[in-house]
Amino acid sequence: MTLTETTYWVVGASFAIYILIAIRARAGTTQEFYVAGKGIHPVANGMATAADWMSAASFISMAGLIGLSYNGYGGSVFLMGWTGGYVILAMLIAPYLRKYGKFTVPEFIGDRYYSDTARVVAVICLIICSVTYVIGQMKGIGVAFSRFLETDYETGLFSGMVIVFFYAVLGGMKGITYTQIAQFCVLIFAYTVPAIFISLQLTGQPIPQLGLGSTLADGTYLLQKLDQTLLDLGFQEYTTSVRGSTLNMAAFTASLMIGTAGLPHVIIRFFTVPTVSAARTSAGWALVFIAILYTTAPAVAAMARLNIVQTLQPEPGQHLAIEERPQWFRNWERTGLLGIEDKNSDGRIQYNANPDTNELVKLDNDILVLANPEIADLPHWVIALVAAGGLAAALSTAAGLLLAISSAISHDLLKRTFMPQISERQELMASRLAMAAAVLGAGYLGLNPPGFAAGTVALAFGLAASSLFPALLLGIFSKRVTREGAVLGMLAGLTVTLTYVFQHKGIMFIPGTQFLGDMPPNWFLGIEPNAFGVVGALVNFAVTLGVTRVTSPPPPEVQALVEEIRVPVSS
Amino acid sequence: MPSEHAAQLRETYWRENRRWMLILGAVWFLVSLGCGVLWVEPLNQIQLGGFKLGFWFAQQGSIFVFIVLIFVYARVMARLEKRLGLGESEA
Repeated sequence: MTLTETTYWVVGASFAIYILIAIRARAGTTQEFYVAGKGIHPVANGMATAADWMSAASFISMAGLIGLSYNGYGGSVFLMGWTGGYVILAMLIAPYLRKYGKFTVPEFIGDRYYSDTARVVAVICLIICSVTYVIGQMKGIGVAFSRFLETDYETGLFSGMVIVFFYAVLGGMKGITYTQIAQFCVLIFAYTVPAIFISLQLTGQPIPQLGLGSTLADGTYLLQKLDQTLLDLGFQEYTTSVRGSTLNMAAFTASLMIGTAGLPHVIIRFFTVPTVSAARTSAGWALVFIAILYTTAPAVAAMARLNIVQTLQPEPGQHLAIEERPQWFRNWERTGLLGIEDKNSDGRIQYNANPDTNELVKLDNDILVLANPEIADLPHWVIALVAAGGLAAALSTAAGLLLAISSAISHDLLKRTFMPQISERQELMASRLAMAAAVLGAGYLGLNPPGFAAGTVALAFGLAASSLFPALLLGIFSKRVTREGAVLGMLAGLTVTLTYVFQHKGIMFIPGTQFLGDMPPNWFLGIEPNAFGVVGALVNFAVTLGVTRVTSPPPPEVQALVEEIRVPVSS
Repeated sequence: MPSEHAAQLRETYWRENRRWMLILGAVWFLVSLGCGVLWVEPLNQIQLGGFKLGFWFAQQGSIFVFIVLIFVYARVMARLEKRLGLGESEA
């Protein structure tokens, strides 16, 4: 069987499982559609949350971001940021929103701040975060299809849309939960198997997390070898190269952490468990399942980087002849993820940190995960598995985001704000229609990605951190914060973050419209735009608390609501 | 409205809850932004097997500690709820 045939079989089988689950897990009520009937076991929800959370970017790009773009230590911001948020979620957000016990995040903000304006502002924040995020997933689906199944991008995207449409429209949260559990199993298996092989080959240690700290065949430590090799090539040392400055790294990490705790599609997963204490343990389980990938990723990053460097330069001063480059190298050149240019015409590839003499002119971040099985010379089924895993990661995250978007429309905008008279059956129908529209909309944006799609991560996390997170936190921990404070705070956080990102990256990321230029000297305290969410959040807190001081306190029933959500027992 | 006794229990619960949040939150901050970012250079002078210690905290150690923190928090809160009788009735 050729590689493409094997890949079709493996991906086809995984899709068949998702469809089967969708047929069995149809939603009959709005409670099932929005929160899966609140009957999901905490461990199962942990698994679903892990799949919901780990996107195409985590699966395909993160190891490359750490190993290549951020040159090792600098990439720690993603590792700490995208896991540390779960501690905040488990302690400060999830248990109380679970106790509140309704369906969506804007619904809580609307009730707590006794205002339809607050609800609508929260819906707007949610839609901006989730839509920018979902575009990246749709692109991931199209790219994974076109690279592994040799379809064109559009066909890949349509196939993905059909699958998501099927289980998300039929089953809502219920269908999504069970497919996410299956998708987690596929993606974690697909990620760890190649990592175990590559770790065995380099260090003889089957556990990649330990392999990263082990010795190579020649007795030197892997990380020491990598540090030395990169220094010789003119790069910074792998284990110490800081991204920007210490302050920038701290701000970046903090932004990703609080952004994680403010992302609605993650928060609503904790509405599906039966009790408040289950919401806490479920966050723990989610992090266990996430950590399997997130502690494997830095090992993959360092090992694959070392593999690539040693392929190009087997001994110091010795460079790989272009004619002798391995088959995987040629394969990935065809996709444009790798590119060489023999600048000094010596028939050999010089790889180093100097842009004038470096001849590996294209080295895409995604190559580290995608080409890993081929570099390690693993069998076809493993390569096919990586394709299925990448698709599982993209599909599961896309479905979670689409649910957050569609429930904000059908529940918060229709039922709670503009058409409160509709019946439950009508609302269920509306939620299915909203889901169908969201899938089509996401597909359209995947086909015609707007210019700002490149800034997805910056925008989604920055906005969640600076708009929704402070409103949620203060809503739980203060009885005094008023609607005026919350609404103005959210708007201020949103504006500050958007302005900062746009002034450096261009308005809506359109090149040429940035008015301050995207360069470090113009950054506020040296903080890059991707890391600015935490500053936006501080502005939000300051505005909210300031305005609260000069407005009259919330009505007694709202203060009673806050009292009520703080304890698990119902009175 | 809850009785005075119930209100007092709730107040105890909330005070204990905030205390645990502060303790565990401090650890959370120390291992990630502390050991992983602010004090990474001095910690890197210490070698843990093949890892520099600061680098290890930033890329693995902090994540392991995060997991422990969440389960510890879940445990102490469940106990506290049992002690004060403020847990959910088993559904």
